[in-house]
Order: sequence, then C-alpha cells, then structure tokens
Amino acid sequence: MPKVIDNIQIGPVVWKMRVEVPRLVEKAKAGQFVIIRVDEHGERVPMSIAGLDKKNGLLTVIYQVVGKTSALMTTVPAGGQLADCVGPLGVPSHVENWGIACVIGGGIGVAPIYPIAQAYKAAGNKLITIIGARSKNLLFYEEEHKAIADEMYICTDDGSYGQKGFVSDALKKLLDDGVKIGMIMAIGPVPMMRVVANLTKGYNVPTWVSLNPIMIDGTGMCGGCRVSLDGKTKFACVDGPDFDGHLVDFDLLTKRLGAYREMEKRAMKKFLEDPNCRLNEELKKVMAGN
Amino acid sequence: MGNPLEKKDRMKIPRAVMPQQDPQERKRNFKEVPFGLTEEMALREASRCLNCPKAPCIKGCPVDVDIPGFIQLILEKDYAGAARKIKETNSLPAVCGRVCPQEEQCEAVCVMGKKFGPVAIGYLERFVADYERENNLIELPHIEPPTGRKVAIVGSGPAGLTVAGQLIKLGHKVTVFEALHKPGGVLVYGIPEFRLPKSIVQAECDFLARMGVEFQNSTVVGKMDTIDELFAMGYDAIFIGSGAGLPNFMGIPGENLIGIYSSNEYLTRSNLMRAFDFPNYDTPIIYGENVAVLGGGNTAMDSVRTALRLGAKNAYIVYRRSEAEMPARKEEIHHAMEEGVQFMMLTAPVNFIGNGDGKVKAMECIKMQLGEPDASGRRRPIPIEGSNFTLDVDLVVVAIGNSSNPLIPQTTPGLQANKWGNIIVNEETKETSRKGVFAGGDIVRGGATVILAAGDGRVAAQHMHKYLMEEVKK
Ligand SMILES: Cc1cc2nc3c(=O)[nH]c(=O)nc-3n(C[C@H](O)[C@H](O)[C@H](O)COP(=O)(O)OP(=O)(O)OC[C@H]3O[C@@H](n4cnc5c(N)ncnc54)[C@H](O)[C@@H]3O)c2cc1C
Ligand SMILES: Cc1cc2nc3c(=O)[nH]c(=O)nc-3n(C[C@H](O)[C@H](O)[C@H](O)COP(=O)(O)OP(=O)(O)OC[C@H]3O[C@@H](n4cnc5c(N)ncnc54)[C@H](O)[C@@H]3O)c2cc1C
Ligand code: FES
Repeated sequence: MPKVIDNIQIGPVVWKMRVEVPRLVEKAKAGQFVIIRVDEHGERVPMSIAGLDKKNGLLTVIYQVVGKTSALMTTVPAGGQLADCVGPLGVPSHVENWGIACVIGGGIGVAPIYPIAQAYKAAGNKLITIIGARSKNLLFYEEEHKAIADEMYICTDDGSYGQKGFVSDALKKLLDDGVKIGMIMAIGPVPMMRVVANLTKGYNVPTWVSLNPIMIDGTGMCGGCRVSLDGKTKFACVDGPDFDGHLVDFDLLTKRLGAYREMEKRAMKKFLEDPNCRLNEELKKVMAGN
Repeated sequence: MGNPLEKKDRMKIPRAVMPQQDPQERKRNFKEVPFGLTEEMALREASRCLNCPKAPCIKGCPVDVDIPGFIQLILEKDYAGAARKIKETNSLPAVCGRVCPQEEQCEAVCVMGKKFGPVAIGYLERFVADYERENNLIELPHIEPPTGRKVAIVGSGPAGLTVAGQLIKLGHKVTVFEALHKPGGVLVYGIPEFRLPKSIVQAECDFLARMGVEFQNSTVVGKMDTIDELFAMGYDAIFIGSGAGLPNFMGIPGENLIGIYSSNEYLTRSNLMRAFDFPNYDTPIIYGENVAVLGGGNTAMDSVRTALRLGAKNAYIVYRRSEAEMPARKEEIHHAMEEGVQFMMLTAPVNFIGNGDGKVKAMECIKMQLGEPDASGRRRPIPIEGSNFTLDVDLVVVAIGNSSNPLIPQTTPGLQANKWGNIIVNEETKETSRKGVFAGGDIVRGGATVILAAGDGRVAAQHMHKYLMEEVKK
C-alpha cells in the first residue's frame, strides 16, 4: 500500500500530500493524474499530479477539502498508508516550443499547472505565469512559480495581494498589449476556465484547459467522465484531461459535477457526526458550515 | 459403484427445482437469489443422469468438462472429487455453475432434455464447487519445480485468472497486472452480488495467491509499463486478457444528461464500489424511481434487477427486438420477470429529455417491428413511423454492449487488431501477431462469456508453456 510521507495544511482548506509511489513517479508526466482511495470503504478520487520528485519516488498532490473524501484525506498521518493510488492516468500535456507560453492557475489549479509550467519552460518557451485566488490567504505555490516564470502576475479578487481582479483581467491586458502568446494553458475552477477560453477565442490564441469531471475507474471503462467537445462526446480520463478550451461545453461539465450534491452532503454530515471523526476542529467547523 | 436406478426409473424423477429467495423479498436485497441444492437434492438430480456413452453434454460444453464423469462421482458422494474432475478443464466451477448459459450449452443437448427436462448440470456444478470450498476441501495442486521463466498477465478476469492458475502449476513465475483495485474483472465489477457473491471470486483469487501467483492491482498496463517494457523487465511471455471494457452509447440526443449511465458505470458503482451500501461506503449512486434499462443481455438484466433492489418503483427493460431474441440467460430473464421488471419489447429510445437542470426526466421512444434476419441471424427491428411515445424516467442505464479498450493495442507496436479493436490471434494457439504475446477472452472475441474466456485461457496457457520451454532459453 502506498505510503504517505507527509500531509500538511498549506491553506485554510488546502493540504499538500506526498506519497511514495516510485514506479508511478518514474512513468508520470506533467498533466497526468492519479486516482486515490483512502480506505476500504472509500471512493476513488482523481487528483492531478502537482509535483514529481523522480529521485526519491515521491508524488505530490495538492487537494482542497470539499467533501467527505478530501476531508478524510487530511486525517492520514505522515507514515500512514492509502488503500491505493493508481496512475499515471490520462494523456500528458502537449508540450512544444511556441515561443511564448502562458500558464494560468486559479484557486487549487495553481498546483497542477506547476509541473506543466516546468515542462513548457524546459521546452524553451518564454514562460508567463498568471496565478490567482479569491484572497491573499488562499494563495499558495507562489514561490514555486516565481522560481521558474519569466514574467509573473498575481491576482486576487479582493485586491488583498497582487493586482485586484481576475486572472482573465491580467491575461486580457497582455493580449491587448499585443504580447504574442503561442499557447495558453489554464487550470482552475470551471467558471475561470470558461472565462479564459471565451476571452481568448476573440484573440484566436490556442487555449487548453484541464477538465475535472466525476470519475470512477479512470481507464475508459465506465463513461462517467464524459465531456462534450464541439458536440462530440469524449471520455476525459483517457482522451484528456486536457482539451481545447474553445470547444468545451462548460455548461454540461458544470451540471454533471453537481450530479451527487445531495448524497455528498449526506456523506459529509454522517462523517462529521461520527464520534470518532478525526478532522481537526477548525476544519470541522468549516465543513459543518458548508 | 454406478447408478443403482434403472434407466426408466431415472426418467421418472423430475428435474430439481432450485430453492431460491422469494421474489418479493429478494427484489429489495442484494443476497444471492438461488440457495443452491441440498446434498439430498443433488444426489437425486445426479441419479437422473443416463451416463450416455456418447455424452453429447461434453461436446456441448465449450471446455469439454467430463460431465457424466463428475456426476458419477456425486453418486459416489465424492463431492470434492467431482469438483476436481470439473477443474481438470474448467478452473472456475463455482463461478460457471452460477453464470454459464447452460441452456444453450451442455443442458441444451442433454438426452433427457426433450422429454423430461435436461439434467440440471449447472446446479450440480455449483453444488460440488460450493461443497468443496465451504468444507475447506480445496487442495493445493502439485506445483512443478521453478522453470526460471516469468509470465505477465494483463487483466484478472476469467481469462487471465485461468492462465495464471495453469502456468503457476507448471513452475513458472506469474504476475497478474490489474487496472482496478480488486482482481476478478467483470466477475467483481459487473456481475452483481445477488447472482455471484464476491466472496467466491475473492476465494478464487486467494487460492491463486496461495499457489504463488503475484497480483499487482491498481496497475494499468500501457500507462505504467507497456507490453514492450514488460519484456524489457524480464517477462518471457505475456497474456492479454484485458476484456471488452469500453461502453457503447446510443449516440442519440440528450445522452449526457445526469441520470444516464452506461451499465458499466452503474454496475461498477454498485458492485465494485458497493454504492448500494451508501453511506457506509463512500461512492454515491443515483436511485431512480422510474428506471429504464436499454438492452436485452445479461448486463441489462443485472442492471434492471439492481435498480429494483435500489428501490425503483418501475423498472423497465426497453429492448428493440422481441423476447425471443434477447441474449440474456433464460434464468435471468425469468428471475427479472418474477421480481416485477416490466419488459417493453420492440421499443427503442430516440431522444432523452432533460428537466432543465441537466437531469433526465423522460425518454422518447419509438415502436419497432421485426423484418428480415440480419447478419446475426436475428430478425432486424424496423421503426414503425408515427408510433413515438414518451416514458417518464429519472434513471436510464445503457446496456447495449461494450467495445474493446484500445489502450493495449495503441501502446503495443506490431500488435494486430481488427476494425473493432479486437486483438487478432491464431485460433489454435491464441498467439497474437507479436511473438510471445498471447491473448484471449473478450479482448479477442468482443463481449462473450465467462466460460469462453476461461477456455481461451486454458488453450493459451498450454501454448505459452510450450513457447516458454522451447523458445525461451535460460
Ligand atoms: C482529472 C482530475 C484531477 C483533479 N485534481 C484535483 C486536484 O489536484 N486537487 C483537488 O483538490 N481536486 C482535484 N480534483 C477534484 C477532486 O477529485 C474532487 O474534489 C474530489 O473527488 C471530491 O471528493 P469529496 O468526497 O471530497 O467531495 P464530494 O463531497 O464527494 O464532492 C464535492 C465535489 O467534488 C466533485 N467530485 C466528487 N466526486 C468526484 C470524483 N469521483 N471525481 C471527480 N470529481 C468529483 C463534484 O463536483 C462534487 O460536487 C480533480 C478531479 C479530476 C477529474
Ligand atoms: C454485467 C455483465 C454480466 C455478465 N453476465 C454473464 C453471465 O451471466 N454469464 C457469462 O458467461 N458471461 C457473462 N458476462 C460476460 C463475461 O463476464 C465476460 O465475457 C468475461 O468476464 C470476459 O472475461 P475476460 O477475462 O476476457 O475479461 P474481463 O472479465 O472483462 O476482465 C478484464 C480485466 O482486465 C482489466 N484490464 C483492462 N485493461 C487493462 C490494462 N491495460 N492493464 C491492466 N488491467 C487491465 C480490467 O480492469 C478487467 O478487470 C457478463 C458481462 C457483464 C458485463
Ligand atoms: S472515469 Fe470511467 S471512463 Fe473515465
């Protein structure tokens, strides 16, 4: 069973977990994902690869606590184990030298976009990085990005840090200034990816996004992860998760992500009511409020 | 010791009736439906066998199980011996006794069949296999000294498990790579608990592990290591039994609405992830009140009966041909009817209608009539113009078959597949176009049966052994 090296809180509801899976790490590439099951009763949750320490065989995932399973993940101690961690899954991000490449990370997306930024940079691109969060205390991975970006913009919705506004505002300015961006890769909440894709359509700049529909097996066997591109159905786990943002039906994605809302609430409630629940008190409060 | 009864007296005994859970009760639980024969019933049923010298039943069995032979052992009360007799050619009798379409195979040609009803070979097979397992009589077979050869098996369905069992006995080192977190293939993720208890599949896998088979679950070949990389890692021969796990959809409008599942997704949620026991298990599943299952095979029956057990008020089978053409096992169709499934024959969906919130609320259908026979020999359904009607549904399960998962063919240069993505093999040896790579089961045949997959595994194992000993120098 895969061993958890450490599992630390890096934001109000964000954790960073490193898992020892040497064979997986050896094979994995930027843009791919893994599927984790915490315990025998657990569901299979997909997590993007946020870092690969090839030397020590360590995988980093950065996760946001949104429900039962992500909450449960926070309770796995350093040195503990996961029931399983399968991967690498999905097609690696396409990487080439476009001259100037721009990566955009919003919210939790700043983490999975990081290995892709590294790959773009290694391919010889001039790297423009735009990261954003609702507020300063929700921003992370800034140092990592700073270390490799040729140009970097930080946006917060409330203006508590960097420039006030959305990542798309920063991007729009670059495009209006005539910066010749050859490729944009955006990862973040669905509304953010939608706004970015809608914006760049008008400028005709290729824009890819990483989609996060509900998955189970991650091998193309169930079709639960179907997304629609220009009217054609694709399975995000095997055909993606990266897709041309200009073709994605974001409405469908948003709706399908809500398929189990009622049951997810029930699962969370039951979890919180369990006298043996090992969540930290602060997180318990946040989750009870949701 | 043979059968003490005269032939004419054997014919007077009526065919055994399988004791089973009451339909009204069982349609709300996931426990196995048939209880299995008692010893007394099994003895009586076995005494019906005429022990015909020609034994047409053996030829009716895809893997030539010595049926009269094992039945004679039952009469001698050597039940474990009977199970071992079956295992000479079929390593999964507890599974096959439950899921084989006996009425199309061994029982279809039983001499008793026409007049008196065939000997219940499937029931007897299940009886001896269960007896052997429940009484801990399963013996570890003799294992040959190590040959120094290593074999990789891709996929842990009946095909892969059979190859593993055969080759480990012959002294080879065997590793099974399975993409999911539990081995068993369709036997664990597809076929529900009420038809095939998962503990039985687990027992089969545990037994292989005790013999020395190594299982590497959560390992997707082609994503982790490719076939070529497995060779580079020192595997001398490879068997591909990756199944037909790519769900087909109808390709009609509205198919991506919430509440429309492939049967693979629906059954995987319920069986592998145990969503039927939510929230004790974390994986959710949509509980429909009005559930339509599209298709007429075993997968459709399993889905519709699962829907009933998850509380459906109306559970429909919507099938475009008539009952006579339904490919499901007769017993499953019968069980579904007993449980109150409503069969809408000669009906096909044309459009799914959403509730404005992205969820399915109805399905537009059209009535069909049967025309001339098509390539499959079954009469082709033709839409009747103007016969459209709407059916209220809040859950639809599409069970119209699977295609083969393209991952292995795509990542293995030189591995030939046909236009449907099925791997092409030499019929006799099961070897593919790549030297040392063999394949069998659904990845070769498209959606077929457990026994055919297991049979392929047997044949492949024989030829893999020959290949390993003759062509792999150590
Ligand atoms: C390819 C991919 C990569 C992802 N990478 C990350 C990541 O790096 N970090 C991160 O925090 N999250 C990531 N996610 C999302 C993450 O999988 C979900 O947040 C997680 O499954 C939620 O589970 P839960 O029980 O905590 O929440 P729940 O209460 O079950 O659900 C909360 C919301 O999460 C989504 N969700 C639920 N189950 C699944 C599922 N099985 N698959 C996908 N989404 C689901 C739904 O929108 C749901 O409404 C990724 C998803 C995909 C498909
Ligand atoms: C719901 C349902 C009901 C059925 N009912 C019956 C019945 O009553 N009677 C009957 O005879 N038949 C039945 N069948 C058909 C029967 O189950 C199949 O024909 C049989 O299981 C095929 O066996 P297999 O070994 O070829 O593959 P499978 O059982 O499909 O197993 C293949 C395995 O390979 C794994 N795999 C795939 N790709 C990879 C990879 N790249 N790396 C690692 N692992 C991989 C899969 O995860 C899977 O576990 C049914 C099928 C279904 C779906
Ligand atoms: S998650 Fe099952 S097909 Fe993609």
